[in-house]
Amino acid sequence: MSETNYSEIFIANRSLIDAGSSPVMSALRDRAYDCYTRYGLPGTKVEEYLHTDIGAWFGPDWGVNLKRVALPVNPSEAFRCNVPNLSTQMHFMAGDSYLKKDGQPSLPDGVLCGSLLELSESNPDIVSRYLGTLADMEKPGIAALNTMFMQDGFMVYVPRNVQIEKPVQLVSLMTDAVPMLACRRILVVLEQGASLKLLLCDHSSAGSQCMSMTVTECFVADNASLEIYDLEETSDRNTRVMECYVSQQRDSRVMIQNLSLHNGKTRNSVFSCFKGPGASFEVNGIAITDGQQHVDNFTFVDHEATDCESRELFKYVLDGQSTGSFAGKVLVRHGAQRTVSQQTNRNICLTADSRMWTQPQLEIYADDVKCSHGATVGQLDEKALFYMQQRGIPMKEARMLLMLAFLGEVIDRIPLDSLRARLLGLVELRLRHGQSRCEGCGVCK
Amino acid sequence: MEMLKIENLHAEIAGKEILKGINLQIEAGTVHAIMGPNGSGKSTLSNVLSGHPAYTVTEGKVTFKGKDLLALPVENRSHEGLFMSFQYPVEIPGVSMTNFMRTAINEKRRYLGQEPMSPTDFLKLMKQKRDLVKLDAKFMNRSVNEGFSGGEKKRNEIFQMAVLEPSLSILDETDSGLDIDALRIVAEGVNSLKTPETSALVITHYQRLLDYIKPDVVHVLYAGRIIRTAGPELALELEERGYDWLIREFEEKNS
Repeated sequence: MSETNYSEIFIANRSLIDAGSSPVMSALRDRAYDCYTRYGLPGTKVEEYLHTDIGAWFGPDWGVNLKRVALPVNPSEAFRCNVPNLSTQMHFMAGDSYLKKDGQPSLPDGVLCGSLLELSESNPDIVSRYLGTLADMEKPGIAALNTMFMQDGFMVYVPRNVQIEKPVQLVSLMTDAVPMLACRRILVVLEQGASLKLLLCDHSSAGSQCMSMTVTECFVADNASLEIYDLEETSDRNTRVMECYVSQQRDSRVMIQNLSLHNGKTRNSVFSCFKGPGASFEVNGIAITDGQQHVDNFTFVDHEATDCESRELFKYVLDGQSTGSFAGKVLVRHGAQRTVSQQTNRNICLTADSRMWTQPQLEIYADDVKCSHGATVGQLDEKALFYMQQRGIPMKEARMLLMLAFLGEVIDRIPLDSLRARLLGLVELRLRHGQSRCEGCGVCK
Repeated sequence: MEMLKIENLHAEIAGKEILKGINLQIEAGTVHAIMGPNGSGKSTLSNVLSGHPAYTVTEGKVTFKGKDLLALPVENRSHEGLFMSFQYPVEIPGVSMTNFMRTAINEKRRYLGQEPMSPTDFLKLMKQKRDLVKLDAKFMNRSVNEGFSGGEKKRNEIFQMAVLEPSLSILDETDSGLDIDALRIVAEGVNSLKTPETSALVITHYQRLLDYIKPDVVHVLYAGRIIRTAGPELALELEERGYDWLIREFEEKNS
């Protein structure tokens, strides 16, 4: 299937798409279609996609679940949460449909949390104020295509000064029943002084080939605080493209962690923009790859306002013939004085056949700033390995300790103790068992 | 009892022969010193004995407590009781001393068919051995050698040696970079670990360390061979006269 075919499918099935959706969503589709026909999906000729051919990923004939057929998934069977010290508010998505589940503990008054489809019908005012206003469709990417086909997804709205202490967890499942393209949309809105921790667990059964495209929009108002942990534990046959847009007002704080523990082919793009002064943004990531896996992280941090701080730390460990790419762009606009920005990308290629591309970029148009970036690609420290072996630690274990220490620096930045310990355990499990993966959601299992 | 026997050991690195036929025998309960000018092969010898992958043994045999040492992988040499104190201890960011020592201890216990050490016993052992070289408790939470001063690094080596209780300790230039107080702490640590069943091979440039760690036998290594073996008085003589006279004697004999 080529790019034009998505246009044809869209035209031919427009009424079906609208029927399985809400007026608020459908109102965005004409412009999305227009943008899509103008910009299309990015190929490797677009600089931001040099090493990841998104256009080709959309090539296979993925089915899109336009009729909203319920997928055969029983989340409470597949995922039993028994993690000590990590209790979350759990929500599920099968393919791209939100799964209704009974017995959710109640959230504070005014909080909206659940199906984007339902909430856009019950609260059209709030949803229409935000949905589609941040995702940039005026460029090659997936925002336009996602908007054309979106029918459901997930939404959290936190009113003014409400702090949700317990993390909200969204487990997204792909079933192995049919190969399909899941078109997911996530909307996160934090009003002034609100706070939210969001844990996104992305899973798929290893059986058949699946693809997910997710567009997330996060609106973070004055003095609000948002943490997002996006954990991918899918399969070798899974393809994932994700675009996350963040807009931050005065004195707000945002942290995003993209953790690619197991995947097939993945592209994560994070676009953040400071709209008010005094805000801080942190985006970190790890990728552990082997076999033919591919992980590409792209970040764009737009320092529009003064006195903001951004931090980035991405680390990859690549084994087998896997490939990785990181490109990070920091733009400090004219007048964005006293900006502090730090970007680091460090990578370890365990084999001669693994490949890593890294491209840090800084563009500065203000004169009173403190910005740094650095990138390295290397191997495990042989001197350290020998030193550890001399003390009786076998090579395999010594390598494990070095890799854990290397990736641990990213995990250490997670403020939530229980989650940090849990994720470190998952990283160790992944490193120890190589290609094998834990069944289902490691966080909630 | 024989601890270590080196017979006609030849070794090279990157095609260059460094050791050209070393013969050396160390009995249990004795301290041997190896001295010699720069580039004579002292560090190569300690690296070859501990199994550094960059060196290739081309000829010869090493027997350690009756076992063929060169056939053992690096970690098993350690488990069998060989310890090398590094001239330049390696910094390992992100790996805490606690994690490092617990792994080292339990790998050895596994090799010996023992259960992992209980957390209580582990903490007790750490404290006892730290006191020996005067390292405070905070140091266990730090990354291995990261940001340690020169003295702390060497004391850390002796601390690890005390924990692992080796039969044979190779001290490679342990005195380099140490001030006199640190030198005394390190030497006292080494001396307190001495038993009739353990031996040490002390590699050093200078007599200074040998004032604190008294050797039973002193060897002079030059151009990949041991050119003189004598009692502790040889170290004093070298301190006074240098190596030139010995080298001249050796070259005259060989020409």
